[in-house]
Amino acid sequence: MANAFKDTVIRAWKSDFMWSFRRTPVAIASFVVALLLIMGAVLAPLIAPHNPFDPATLNLMNGFSAPMEPNQFTGETFWLGTDDQGRDVFSTILFGMRISLFVGFAAVAFAMTLGVTLGLIAGYVGGWVGALIMRIADVQLTFPGILVAMLIFGIAKGFTPIDQRDEMAIWVLIIAIGLSEWVQFARVVRGATMVEKNKEYVQAARLNGRRSAGIMLRHILPNVLGPVLVIATISLALAIIAEATLSFLGVGAPPTQPSLGTLIRIGQGFLFSGEWWIILFPSITLLALALSVNLLGDWLRDVLNPRLR
Amino acid sequence: MTAQSPKQAKSKNALVSVKHLTRDFDVSPPWLNRVLEGKKKAILQAVSDVSFEVAKNSVYALVGESGSGKSTIGKIVVGLLRPTSGTVEVGGVDLTHETDKTRIEETRVGIQMIFQDPYASLNPRWKVKDIIEEPVAARGRDVTGLAEKLLEQVGLSAADISKFPHEFSGGQRQRICIARALAAEPKLIVCDEPTSALDVSVQAQVLNLMSDLREEFGLTYLFISHDLTIVQHMADTIGVLYLGRLIEEAPRNELFDNPRHPYTQMLLEAAPKLDGFGREVEPPKGEIPDPINPPSGCAYHPRCPIAVERCKNERPEMKQRDKARVACFLAK
Amino acid sequence: MAKTVKKPVLSVKNLSVEIPTRQGILTPVDQLSFDIEQGKILGVVGESGAGKSMTGNAVIGLLDPPAHISGGEIRLKGKRIDNLEREALRKVRGKEIGMVFQDPLTSLNPLLPIGEQLTETILEHLPVNKNEAQERAIAALEEVGIPAAAQRINSYPHEFSGGMRQRVVIALALCAEPSLVIADEPTTALDVSVQAQIIALLKRLCRERGTAIMLITHDMGVIAETADEVAVMYAGRLAELGPVRNVLTSPTHPYTQGLMASTPLAAKGKKRLSQIPGAMPRLTDLPFGCAFHPRCPIAKDKCRSDPAPTIEAGGGKAACWYVNGEKS
Repeated sequence: MANAFKDTVIRAWKSDFMWSFRRTPVAIASFVVALLLIMGAVLAPLIAPHNPFDPATLNLMNGFSAPMEPNQFTGETFWLGTDDQGRDVFSTILFGMRISLFVGFAAVAFAMTLGVTLGLIAGYVGGWVGALIMRIADVQLTFPGILVAMLIFGIAKGFTPIDQRDEMAIWVLIIAIGLSEWVQFARVVRGATMVEKNKEYVQAARLNGRRSAGIMLRHILPNVLGPVLVIATISLALAIIAEATLSFLGVGAPPTQPSLGTLIRIGQGFLFSGEWWIILFPSITLLALALSVNLLGDWLRDVLNPRLR
Repeated sequence: MTAQSPKQAKSKNALVSVKHLTRDFDVSPPWLNRVLEGKKKAILQAVSDVSFEVAKNSVYALVGESGSGKSTIGKIVVGLLRPTSGTVEVGGVDLTHETDKTRIEETRVGIQMIFQDPYASLNPRWKVKDIIEEPVAARGRDVTGLAEKLLEQVGLSAADISKFPHEFSGGQRQRICIARALAAEPKLIVCDEPTSALDVSVQAQVLNLMSDLREEFGLTYLFISHDLTIVQHMADTIGVLYLGRLIEEAPRNELFDNPRHPYTQMLLEAAPKLDGFGREVEPPKGEIPDPINPPSGCAYHPRCPIAVERCKNERPEMKQRDKARVACFLAK
Repeated sequence: MAKTVKKPVLSVKNLSVEIPTRQGILTPVDQLSFDIEQGKILGVVGESGAGKSMTGNAVIGLLDPPAHISGGEIRLKGKRIDNLEREALRKVRGKEIGMVFQDPLTSLNPLLPIGEQLTETILEHLPVNKNEAQERAIAALEEVGIPAAAQRINSYPHEFSGGMRQRVVIALALCAEPSLVIADEPTTALDVSVQAQIIALLKRLCRERGTAIMLITHDMGVIAETADEVAVMYAGRLAELGPVRNVLTSPTHPYTQGLMASTPLAAKGKKRLSQIPGAMPRLTDLPFGCAFHPRCPIAKDKCRSDPAPTIEAGGGKAACWYVNGEKS
């Protein structure tokens, strides 16, 4: 068993995929950055010096501490400074990333499930069913994603009791962002499905009495996952940015559960009064996160399917 | 060559019986183009009133050039396409009109297919074991030890079961396809150009394997090919198709020694010969016409060296002439 | 012109092609030598992966990087062409060497009328004016058997059938009056009846114009009817070279023997075809010594250790240790 595992690892290491990875410094660098940021977010409760959501640990006296300088009242030092309420910026970034990444991953998962399912059906069944799905996709594309998100947000707000709105906000974000990104998945999967469905292995499965659903799931789906993985990665970067944009506009994550976008919104109020660190560090983090994921996606696309360019 | 002569194979002995088979394809431009550009609806008749019988335990070959409808017939027989009209009977069950679902399903299990492209006919993400077992597993039956046994029967190693298709060469992949076809214990295997993607030396291996398996399991092959040399080697009876119509059918030796239809004669003459050093053939006239607008009467008349007025106006029926059936007014 | 010693139109000596890859350097063509004389057709046969197309591409200078010529020389009418600069090579390619590919659709520009593609090539390589070029284009189309050539000169490639398109490609390859035409599987995509037409056309052009033709194909029947000489390739090496009748009727190399015996035509009523065991090796793991030895019925220790020399045999050449019997 251990040997088999070792063989697999060795084979994977020698594969074209890993070979290309080792030869692409950009891929390595963006992988390291993305991994560090994601680890930081996941392990936030363990590594963050403060808990920004626990009012008991906050000391208003610590407000507006500059980075790496002892606070003039309490003498405490914060790496990246504090905001107006004395929250440690480094800790808020770590916890903010958790929200951003959660929303990002969940939105992509939602978009992917929806898009892949509809794309498979549109490609395999074709006919008027396929035409209808793709027309809906076309209509979806004509609305800017942010507009759709704000619309859904507005409608959802009307239906939710006030005390649950903060909680609801995250889920609305996920659905809103997911809805604006499924089209990409559906289009690519439909194209790939139409190619695969005419291959003879699918005909062999058909004449052996497999049902359409079985053929789609067991035969076609594994063969169209390559491009889906690429789009998922690039969508993740887009989803993180979309989340930040919405939160910045005030229709996203609430201040009680601040994401990177919320932090930037809070910080922009202090931009002209000299407390630059409150907005700068969350912005850099957002940039690094989106860029590294995006570059990783670009590299994946080049390796898995050069023709997707 | 095996002992039975397909000629005695009248109805009683037939495993497959195809009657007046016709299949149309709608190849019209999209509705909007038809309205805007005044284009007409276009129907392509890929198969036109084809009837033939395949005797049990024999090899029946359908030959023809592109657009002859040979692959379409194969797909209809295995059930991948429905006929527009006509019937397909396999083992006494009329697959086009039978209403008893279980009877149809039981018959379908016994009909398998080997495809042309050994690269596209195996799912690249599946292990060989799963590929071979699919015809049985898809019907929820027991597959213990099946893949191993079949792999050895087609000349591969039982140790190959957990490999993926890309680890095999073209010829080995075609063996895997054959193993998959055998898994369902079929009576009839439709072979659609099974070796045209293979090299000559590998082709010989696959053809030999197919001959061996036919004897071992008492299989019947419907063999679809454009290559007359392979057909001459493999088939007991040969049907020649032109533009969706069956134009001549004869036992193997009869067809090659005494081709009756002018098209068959042309095909045999035009095919390159291994000993044809410096042979100067009179190149055949013309090309295969557009199947959407086939010529009137006998579809071959514009290219036929012996065509008369009647060929332009009237479509010749298949008529028995000695050991052969021919669709030509002038055939002897 | 006084005829002295017959000089070959194309002379290839010890040609090797290399492709550097992750797994090391692959040699799809290894130490290949052959000549083609004026008005002759050399058939190059072999199974997929034998390196026949790669050889054609090397001669015409169309190797896709990183593949490159790593040794040997190619002479066209006595002039070396394997080390030409890109611009000089381009001139030679259109003027002196014509090319016919398997798929006629990809060798024609779908957006230009065929007449324009022909006149463009003629103007580029011949000292004629536009009207003359137009006339020559029509003449070229008539010569390859396109009916009503003058009217169809403004048609686009998609308006022709497959066989007619291949005729246009042949006209395009011949319009600059090259001394050599490389035809890479010119009839593989065509039906039997059309294939017969194209073969007859190639033979006629070769005879009437004295063009040398390098015909690359996997079809032994086509070779038998068309070629004067035949080169059999295996795994990038020359297995056997000689007059077509000799090679096909009494092959000397065990691979050629196996190949000939395994065609269904050779079976002649026999129930089983004779077969060569195994498959062509991948370039990434070529066997040591003679590349054919794992499939060879007469292989001995020597074949496993040393590459076979190319020696005179059966009116031609063969690369085998035991081609003339046991000891050699």
